[in-house]
Amino acid sequence: MSRIMNWIDERIPFSNSLKLHVTQYPAPKNFNFWYIMGSLALVVLVNQIVTGIWLTMNYNPSADGAFASIEYIMRDVDYGWLLRYMHSTGASAFFVVVYLHMFRGLMYGSYQRPRELLWIFGMLIFLVLMAEAFMGYLLPWGQMSFWGAQVIISLFGAIPFVGEDLTTWIRGDFVISGATLNRFFALHVIALPLVLVILVFLHLIALHEVGSNNPDGINIKKPKGSVPDDEKAPFEFHERYTAKKDIVDAIPFHPYYTVKDLVGLAGFLILFAWVIFFAPTMGGFFLEPPNFQAADPMKTPEHIAPVWYFTPFYAILRAIPDKLLGVIAMFLAIVFLFLMPWWDRCKVRSVRYRSTLHKVNLTVFVISFIALGYLGVKPATDVYTIMARIFTFLYFAFFIVMWFYSKNERTKPLPERVTK
Amino acid sequence: MIKRFLLALALLLPSVAFAAGYSGPLDRADHDLSDKASLQRGAQLYMNYCLACHSMQYQRYSRTFDDLDIPQELGEELLQFTNEPGGHKTSAIDGDASAEWFGLTPPDLTMVARVRGADFIYTYLRSFYADDSRPFGVNNDVFENVGMPHVLEELQGTPRRVEEQRMVDGEMKDVYVGIRADGNGTMSPEEFDQAMLDLTNFLVYTGEPMILERQRMGYFVIGFLIVFLILTILLKKEYWRDIK
Repeated sequence: MSRIMNWIDERIPFSNSLKLHVTQYPAPKNFNFWYIMGSLALVVLVNQIVTGIWLTMNYNPSADGAFASIEYIMRDVDYGWLLRYMHSTGASAFFVVVYLHMFRGLMYGSYQRPRELLWIFGMLIFLVLMAEAFMGYLLPWGQMSFWGAQVIISLFGAIPFVGEDLTTWIRGDFVISGATLNRFFALHVIALPLVLVILVFLHLIALHEVGSNNPDGINIKKPKGSVPDDEKAPFEFHERYTAKKDIVDAIPFHPYYTVKDLVGLAGFLILFAWVIFFAPTMGGFFLEPPNFQAADPMKTPEHIAPVWYFTPFYAILRAIPDKLLGVIAMFLAIVFLFLMPWWDRCKVRSVRYRSTLHKVNLTVFVISFIALGYLGVKPATDVYTIMARIFTFLYFAFFIVMWFYSKNERTKPLPERVTK
Repeated sequence: MIKRFLLALALLLPSVAFAAGYSGPLDRADHDLSDKASLQRGAQLYMNYCLACHSMQYQRYSRTFDDLDIPQELGEELLQFTNEPGGHKTSAIDGDASAEWFGLTPPDLTMVARVRGADFIYTYLRSFYADDSRPFGVNNDVFENVGMPHVLEELQGTPRRVEEQRMVDGEMKDVYVGIRADGNGTMSPEEFDQAMLDLTNFLVYTGEPMILERQRMGYFVIGFLIVFLILTILLKKEYWRDIK
């Protein structure tokens, strides 16, 4: 066995990479519940790719055959229904874990220096994920697939001068048609997953380069020679990490966090399986009822609502009375998140040691995001529109207000070492 | 061609708007997918009264017979009126012709229960009432100006909206109390309700024929995962004993 390993290691850095990123990677020992979302997102990504491959084997990407081929998968393919529900539930689960993962980052300041690129790669993953989900949603070719895509693509028409031509270019036709379905299929199964996997790889490389943050937001890597030997973490870490730093309060990722993430995975899978086997439509939120009807270009559904994970941004779009400004606002809602490392000028990372003002600001932001999500599924009545405007204002205020107070924020003293 | 299309559109618009828009109370369809006899009766009703116009193009005859414990030969003889054995349930009439007769092609009903819900179907089937102003002489309480004739009238009898004199806010007024059949049908009101429940049950089944299998498998999977969760917790505790 060791001879085989030696043979491999002389040719590719297998053992070394394993040590560097898994068995001798120093992870802070105080990770809490919020830190399982990253590995769960990876599991969901694998689930989407594997079930996606099997779905592709029986899916027919044509306007005439798409809807029927989904029902063929549901009825005639052995366990096709299971693959399909795993994939459709996985799409929503992806956004659940990614939103929680992003919230964790906001809470503990994981975007702050030196993790700006890590955050930006993460945001790019989020962006690609939205495109991936949007294009995947067209593939069943149901009523909501068709009209949802119609609404979203028409948004590009708001762009001055080139808008109309741009929408035609995206659709490959003057309306959503088989041509649109074909290109969305190509992008959904090849282009975007490829980009996604590359971005996830970069996200992990960036993470391991700067090291993981933790709920206290303090460094576990101290200047070389500043820590007495008996206070250093009693594990062997890769020399890449120990050459220039003394490491405290860390444990190797494997086996400690692999077994801990396994607990998180088991808990997650119970919820995931519950949805798949007992509530695959999740009351119309994961699979919308009108989508069990084949797309009909002649028949507009009375109420078109995007899937739940887009609704906060959809609510922002609708809150603005002007279409172009609405599109810009929706776009800015994402751009503002991208710029998080620069809005926040505070040197203290974790919410645990930051001012009450910051805690209130973050809480209001989370409430606004959830409220916008709720308003996005509701019809735009007068009262709801006013509420959407208020929460849109609060959403953007989060960033701008932070830029002002974070420079000279009154923070609590940071502990020397991580707390329990 | 364009004229016909516009006419079809005009006929279709109000019905679509109301179909999606009905938000009033619905009767609860207390159906039971494990009741094979009910599903068989529902299938029989569907094949005899619905399939002529409403295809069920995603569901195969053979699958239905298997799932409902109907012997294949018997099913083919008594219930299969269209397509070859093992084929999909296509409707008997031509789509273009039916579009001309009813204003639109009667929709495929394989997944109607997933689109509208069991309660809507159960209520809809029992909400036809005589209305001379409509082309087929009937209207529907939960689907106003529906294009469909009341094909089950021979079972239910002629249904009429019944109003009674009742005291409302200190005045006697005519109040709508429900739909009652004239008694000229072959079924009693109770039998008709049960028949409609059977039909609803069958439509819920065809919407997702693997429901029972899915749920059965779910108990095993979640049971396994709970054991797995306990094991992972123990494993984690064992590894983390020394970490302070």
